[in-house]
Amino acid sequence: MLKIIHMNVNGKDTELAVDEREALLDTLRNRLGLTSVKKGCEVGECGACTVLVDGKAIDSCIYLTMWADGKKVMTTEGLKGPGGELSPIQKAFIEEAAVQCGFCTPGLIMTAVEIVGTGKKYNREELKKLISGHLCRCTGYENILNAMERIVDETYKVCGK
Amino acid sequence: MFDIKSFYEATSVADAIRALKADEDAELISGGTDVLIRLREGKKADLSLVSIHNIAELKKIEKDACGNIIIGAGASFSDITNNEIIKEGANVLGEAADTVGGPQIRNVGTIGGNICNGATSADTASTLLSFDAAVVLEGPEGVREVAVREFYCGPGKTVRRHDEVCTSFKIKNEEWEGFEGHYIKYGKRNAMEIATLGCVVRVKLSADKKYIEDARLAFGVAGPTPLRCLKAEAAVKGMSVSDADIYEKLATTALTEVNPRSSWRASKEFRLQLISELSKRALREAILKSGADEDKVAPLPYKGEENDTESAGEVR
Amino acid sequence: MNTVGKDLIRVDAYGKVTGEAHYTADLEPKGILHAKVLHSEIANGVVKNFDLTEALKVPGVVKIVTCFDVPDCQFPTAGHPWSVEKAHQDICDRKILNKRVRFYGDDIAAVVAEDEVAAARALKLIKVEYEEYEPIVTVEKALSEGATPLHEDLRKDNIIVKSHMTMGGPDFSFEKAVDEASEKYGKDNIEVIDRVYNTPRISHCHLELPVSWAYVDTNGKITITSSTQIPHIVKSCTAMALGVPVGKIRIIKPYIGGGFGNKQDVLYEPLNAFLSMQVGGRPVRLEISREETISCTRTRHAIEGRCRALFTKDGKLLARKLEAYANNGAYASHGHAICANCGTVFKDLYADEMGAEVDCATVYTSSPTAGAMRAYGIPQSIWFTECLADDICNITGEDPCDFRVRSCMQEGFVDPGTKIPFLTYGLKKCIEEGRKYIKWDEKRAAYKNQKGHIRRGVGMAIFCYKTGVHPISLETASCRMVLNQDGSMQLVMGATEIGQGADTVFTQMAAETTGISCDKIYIVSTQDTDVTPFDTGAYASRQTYVSGKACKKCGELLRERILEYAAYMLVNEISDISKTVYAETVKAAKDMMKSALGIAEDSDIKPEMLDIENNAIVMRESYLKERGSEKGFEERKLFELSVLADTAFYSLDRSQHITAEVTNHCKENTFASGCCFADIEVDMPLGKVTVKDVVNVHDSGILINPKLAEAQVHGGMSMSLGFGLSEELLIDEKTGKPYNNNLLDYKIPTAMDTPDLKVRFVQLDDPSGPYGNKALGEPPAIPVAPAIRNAILNATGVAMNEAPMTSERLIKAFKEAELI
Repeated sequence: MLKIIHMNVNGKDTELAVDEREALLDTLRNRLGLTSVKKGCEVGECGACTVLVDGKAIDSCIYLTMWADGKKVMTTEGLKGPGGELSPIQKAFIEEAAVQCGFCTPGLIMTAVEIVGTGKKYNREELKKLISGHLCRCTGYENILNAMERIVDETYKVCGK
Repeated sequence: MFDIKSFYEATSVADAIRALKADEDAELISGGTDVLIRLREGKKADLSLVSIHNIAELKKIEKDACGNIIIGAGASFSDITNNEIIKEGANVLGEAADTVGGPQIRNVGTIGGNICNGATSADTASTLLSFDAAVVLEGPEGVREVAVREFYCGPGKTVRRHDEVCTSFKIKNEEWEGFEGHYIKYGKRNAMEIATLGCVVRVKLSADKKYIEDARLAFGVAGPTPLRCLKAEAAVKGMSVSDADIYEKLATTALTEVNPRSSWRASKEFRLQLISELSKRALREAILKSGADEDKVAPLPYKGEENDTESAGEVR
Repeated sequence: MNTVGKDLIRVDAYGKVTGEAHYTADLEPKGILHAKVLHSEIANGVVKNFDLTEALKVPGVVKIVTCFDVPDCQFPTAGHPWSVEKAHQDICDRKILNKRVRFYGDDIAAVVAEDEVAAARALKLIKVEYEEYEPIVTVEKALSEGATPLHEDLRKDNIIVKSHMTMGGPDFSFEKAVDEASEKYGKDNIEVIDRVYNTPRISHCHLELPVSWAYVDTNGKITITSSTQIPHIVKSCTAMALGVPVGKIRIIKPYIGGGFGNKQDVLYEPLNAFLSMQVGGRPVRLEISREETISCTRTRHAIEGRCRALFTKDGKLLARKLEAYANNGAYASHGHAICANCGTVFKDLYADEMGAEVDCATVYTSSPTAGAMRAYGIPQSIWFTECLADDICNITGEDPCDFRVRSCMQEGFVDPGTKIPFLTYGLKKCIEEGRKYIKWDEKRAAYKNQKGHIRRGVGMAIFCYKTGVHPISLETASCRMVLNQDGSMQLVMGATEIGQGADTVFTQMAAETTGISCDKIYIVSTQDTDVTPFDTGAYASRQTYVSGKACKKCGELLRERILEYAAYMLVNEISDISKTVYAETVKAAKDMMKSALGIAEDSDIKPEMLDIENNAIVMRESYLKERGSEKGFEERKLFELSVLADTAFYSLDRSQHITAEVTNHCKENTFASGCCFADIEVDMPLGKVTVKDVVNVHDSGILINPKLAEAQVHGGMSMSLGFGLSEELLIDEKTGKPYNNNLLDYKIPTAMDTPDLKVRFVQLDDPSGPYGNKALGEPPAIPVAPAIRNAILNATGVAMNEAPMTSERLIKAFKEAELI
């Protein structure tokens, strides 16, 4: 039996009928077509399914959709501007060659949104810890950290705390 | 999609207790970062879940009139790490909570779940044990408090009854005030780990910062449940921080109190080495954090370094 | 070169940062059925019987198939081009589901259901009756007397293949060399060391799980969308597995989330196709979980290498010998190719004065199947050569870097067996560069005589790596280019993008050769075997080289066709042109050309006078130069390529869709090489190694895209770091059951375990590469682990012989050495 829930997904209020057995990952991918949310392990070890719930990065594979009722959910699809323009985070990932197979990328970008949202300045070691919930097998994290450093610095200059 | 028979989102602790009482097979779920993983493994399929995920009263962290710190069982690891009361009174707990899994897990996983799943490796368990904290349980018969040291009754087993909800943890004023502590999680990686060994040392120094007035030592994975080393604590009580023997005293006594086992993850011998080494290092860090003058604190004793602490310098 | 050598932004970056790039699972149709595989819970035996009664009662279950239902067709899974020579064909040793259980986790049945929960519930209710044999998990056990042969129909024992290789003549033997050397140099002046080195069973850990979905199309085609590196090979192997003609199969490969060699094997595509056929061709998805991926797909081979070296006391390397035993697990997959590759590089990398001898054996065991993984046997080989080299230096007292420079394979090297040449030799330049970067000499001096419990050390390792698989196997690649009306084009490669950046570098190559700019080249990233030209796929660091040659050749052909049409437009006074909107443009161009070149007649205009630059037809710069005229682009520009393309499409006089398609059969090869230098700190009482600085230096020819090349090196270094320090798939030797087949217990490095990774290149223009390039994809994953090992040796004097060098192993070794 399906349950009706209400979520604000990528800025849009959404009424959905969901199976209460669903992980948020299932709902976002299968009911809402938000396929940036990737499945890599289903147990919160790889971080590929990371989305923001009320601004906090979580592993959507081990988060029941029922818990998101009444909350704000954001995925990578929600970052693009109305005219298709990319966010500074996405631009930094592109320009620093932080993308290879791309499977970990949307999740990492969501963690970057959470980090940048704090407006705090972080050094490279702190950033390593902040992204340590994401596994990447292609990049050795080097260029991802370069992109992170750049965007954290840029943000801090504009609205630093 | 999980193999769940039914799902109930409780609106309050009382509501959750009622729901648990009504269904013998129901299991409590809070952050879900542990229960959902076990559910997926298929060992406990077709389960009824009673969720306390969204109960706000369980997420509070406060200090009561007597100066006791009360931590809501539903507080997430990152809530704990970032909380001002914790930073002031139980910083080491915040540090331990900050070593669990990775950031996303810490945003969702709760201290209540960490303790109630009964794992010896739980990073907050050894730490709470070192505070001699109490687990507050609420059930159909009312509220009861159980000391963490009496809470565990075997690997994965606790005294929490099926229809009880763990609502909070209480750290008494005298157990935190004046203490500083250090937690070392030893894992094979620096993140996304279950501890191979967890070690917490807390000390209270004399006013002049020269003597160990009181000490606490607890471990995770040094036995089937989190374990506190009372004899080792007593052994260093009253000793001078300048006395090089404090480390050996603590470590060698601790080794008589622990009971680690060999598994494919790590051998007993390896864990014993870690117990000895980490307790020494955590002790030194705890003393330094307590404000002792670094020059006055005895250096860690190592083979071949008795008179010679030379090591290679940085080549630039 | 205009485009090659530039840091073009990845062509797929936009799609990947927006999450809009579609991977296999993102393309599934609604209402698809879900399948799950039942894996054996014994490691060695035979399935006698199933009881499906309870499982079939689960609501939502559509179909259950077992090993008794599948086609009686044996098939191979290796991502090799099929061989038309019987002796070189891959071993056909499995069926879609297997009655004969050969490892814990073998595929014995599958459930198709309306949803995944129903499928999972049914799996748990299937009752299996086995006849059980003793698991033979280790090589030792599999070779011991009385061990059950795992593939009785193919092999009398568990040896897949053994091979013997030598340097210094076919009759060279290490034992004989020892005797000869004793005579020549005197017994007291020579030294022999004998060591056993071990490498771990490693999991690829690509982030995207192996996932596929299949249906039978309205035209009867069995269509599989799959996360694979090798769509064309999956097509042929699936046909063999199902026993249907190969034309019945269609494979579609969208973006994939990494493969690293695991997806250079046919994994579950044949089963997926079979399941769809069993439910009337309805779409069925088959997603392999992380746990299944680690234990039931492929792994890197654990290889034990007994290594011996003969050298004079003053450090002259005389001879070496390797006896390698590769644990291949339950199925042959790539068979002996990997262990043989390991042996080949062992003998090639050093110039033993007398010779080298290699004996390799690849052995079936009842454990997870080993197959291809990035660098294909060479991380193991280099673990052996580089441990051995430093162990020699540890005895002679020679500087390990000096030893390598003196003793490594030298300029002009040609492998005597394969005849592969080292065409551009950058190995010593790499060593020089790395040595300088890490401040080797200063650090070796500074790290002497340390006494503390925390010590520093520097170490290094070298390697060589061939480019592609010629002449061991077929190297063929195809490319198609299709011009659009606006002068842009589609570039269709048979080669696959798997995250390494292939699409981007092919775009650069096509731009370089055609004169059409990168922004007007639309590479078709998806390979669809119904429309994509043939290429064997992504492996062997081959695509930039082998498929790059196809791309270049195709670009040249397209260019030729465009210029031929351009000449035709300029030469003929065609009524069409004069009536077309381009009449004046073409006439002006013609006049300009005639005056610039002093041509009287239209008919004197020839294609060789023309060129394509920046999307325009121009007078060829070199043609003008040869005639003493130098003109800039604007002065040479005749008209836009779009004018030509539009005309060619719609001309009423001569309509032509300008396209080009070529196959390039590559019969060349060349060695790439390089090294790693690592500076580490060891905290001995905790067995913790921290890499303070690490650099890989690569001799991979000219880089097509330096920024992407560097990024690829980062990833390889991280993989080798894991190999060296933390990664190892553990199997219970009693039961064959894996202990740590999940990402929590299988330890790939996190960001917090990874040091900053430094990369340097020595760029030499290789004459055999399409643009001077040679192998780069795999080499980065080779040298970091042994460099760290040798740094630990430098720091502590303790030689670790087994990877990974976990804290537990280190502590044990430090205790034995009485360091702690």
